[in-house]
Amino acid sequence: MKKKYRVLGLFSDFEEAFAAIADIRQYKVPGVSVDDVRLMSPIEHPEIEEVLGERPAHVPKFTLAGAIFGITFGFLFLASAQANFLVQPQGGKPVVPLPSNIVLTYEMLILFGVIFTVISFLTLSGLLFGKKEKLYSEKIAVDQIGIIMELDEDTFEPLKALFRQHKVLEIREEVIK
Amino acid sequence: MKYVNEKDINEEIKWAQINTDILQSLQNPRKAYWIAIAVCLAMLSCAVVAEVYQYQTGLGVADLNRPHMWGLYIATFIFWIGMSHSGTLLSAILHIIHADWRKPIYRFAEAMTTFSLMTAGFFPMLHLGRMWNLYWVIPYVSDRGIWPNFRSPLVWDAFAITTYLTSSALFLFIGMIPDLAICRDNVTGWRKKLYTVLSLGWQGTDRQWRHFRKTYMLMACFLIPLAVSVHSIVSSDFAMSIMPGWHVTSFPPYFVAGALYSGCAAIITLFILLRYFFRLEEYMTVALMEKTCKLTFAIAMVWTYLNLVEFGATWYGHDPVAKEVLISKFVGPFAPYFWAMMFFGSVLPFALAFEKLRRHMPTMMIVSILLNVGMWLERWMIVGPTLSHAYAPEAWNFLWPSIVQWAIVFGSFGWFGLLFLIFVKVFPCVSMYEVKEMVFHRRREAHAEVAEKFHRRAADVQQATGRPSVEGA
Repeated sequence: MKKKYRVLGLFSDFEEAFAAIADIRQYKVPGVSVDDVRLMSPIEHPEIEEVLGERPAHVPKFTLAGAIFGITFGFLFLASAQANFLVQPQGGKPVVPLPSNIVLTYEMLILFGVIFTVISFLTLSGLLFGKKEKLYSEKIAVDQIGIIMELDEDTFEPLKALFRQHKVLEIREEVIK
Repeated sequence: MKYVNEKDINEEIKWAQINTDILQSLQNPRKAYWIAIAVCLAMLSCAVVAEVYQYQTGLGVADLNRPHMWGLYIATFIFWIGMSHSGTLLSAILHIIHADWRKPIYRFAEAMTTFSLMTAGFFPMLHLGRMWNLYWVIPYVSDRGIWPNFRSPLVWDAFAITTYLTSSALFLFIGMIPDLAICRDNVTGWRKKLYTVLSLGWQGTDRQWRHFRKTYMLMACFLIPLAVSVHSIVSSDFAMSIMPGWHVTSFPPYFVAGALYSGCAAIITLFILLRYFFRLEEYMTVALMEKTCKLTFAIAMVWTYLNLVEFGATWYGHDPVAKEVLISKFVGPFAPYFWAMMFFGSVLPFALAFEKLRRHMPTMMIVSILLNVGMWLERWMIVGPTLSHAYAPEAWNFLWPSIVQWAIVFGSFGWFGLLFLIFVKVFPCVSMYEVKEMVFHRRREAHAEVAEKFHRRAADVQQATGRPSVEGA
């Protein structure tokens, strides 16, 4: 049975890491796909998607769901409370007044929109319950870029060679199974 | 004009150096930091003593009685709500428009928002007197079947401030996660434990950054209308009544402009203090100070304009009672405070128009504090004169606030200062990862040929592999 490895290559600058991923995408290491590449960096690099390809981020869908929940729940909550408290002086106004309820419904829209956004972020980015990368270097929090992959022993050495070609600073590896 | 090419930040600074400098600021502030902590504690103890006295004796010691049902507590409540505005609101606006000069200074501004709101929240509680009944304002299902009056702007206030506090605190926390991970990886002891828990296992993977980017942008989009709505709702406490001087249609924008103004002035004050306390001259640069001052000047002019609109509308509106209130501000017992407000709020900001003054930190420190004195007086001039000169002439009088009110107002600054100073000692007050981003992108812009090579390579790869570009996705 072939061994499986987890490899982390640490690069000194983003351009080199970018070039290494671009080579992987151009199938310069046979049997390794760009879809298996994960990048770790000290800052956000949206331009990496140019070579990594489009990867999903479903947060806005949850935001929309939160906002809709906020509007619905907010208004129904206010209206049901008002409809159950008829002894409250109404001052000639409707029991469920739309203009003043709009204000609080609007606040609820924002509150639940924000809360759903945060919860979805924590869940989808794997911060709350997700698995963390086993190979992590504290240098990534300083100034280095890490490319992490899991691959078979056949592709292990060619990948390391590719990393070296792009001036990798350090390669860390571990046997998965 | 000689500073026209001055850079916002040293673009050649190494990323590792940014980490070192900011992390060091958590360890060894100047002695002045500890003096400031002691001053804040002393101020806070004044408020604690006054509040204990008021709690045991009754609200009578605050002299809040007809016609002065609202006094310094409500004026200061509006002041603190206003102060909270610039931090999160400006941070969100500048983030959306990609103004990267916000990056070294937004963290402490957002913290200012959160702590201002926490300070503001105390005042309605103190003002109500029977604090043990505070839970009555919370809408919950009870056997009594009683609900708050959702038509009241005071209940809107409670909802709006809770929403704003929750959202601002989350915005601050989410924006801090990558920095908390940096702290986690570089410290030891109790701090390591704290940062390990708070960083939630952040590793800076592309998946985390991708979701982070979307989340931060979405939250910024929510926070802008939220911040505007919060101060509009606070203005409704006044504008929805029929009291002379309060029933004014320009109140919501006037309150929002005033809030932004006092918040910006507070950012200048805190900028100068943090720069000195933590030796952050390399990150909180004079160029950034200049930009903040220019923004404050622009907002000061908007505030001045809205003030004049309000006076004009009242003067030409021919409502005799409202006019009487206005005249009492101009020449009555409130006149010294009113004209002080006008001077500090509308004349003094012209100091911000002069480059030489903007670049002189001690001058800006004094000016920014005086601007906020003006903004606090503005809030007092909203509350006080109307209650002194309302519809019942037999109740017309001028009441100097009691020592208890003054002590609690004074102490609130100590409370805010204490929370803020503890925060900036425990958490990095300059965003490390965003400063890195700032220098990275600016350096790249400065070396356009590198960026060109970079994008050409991406285009080649896309052509070779046939995958579409996701630029701008």
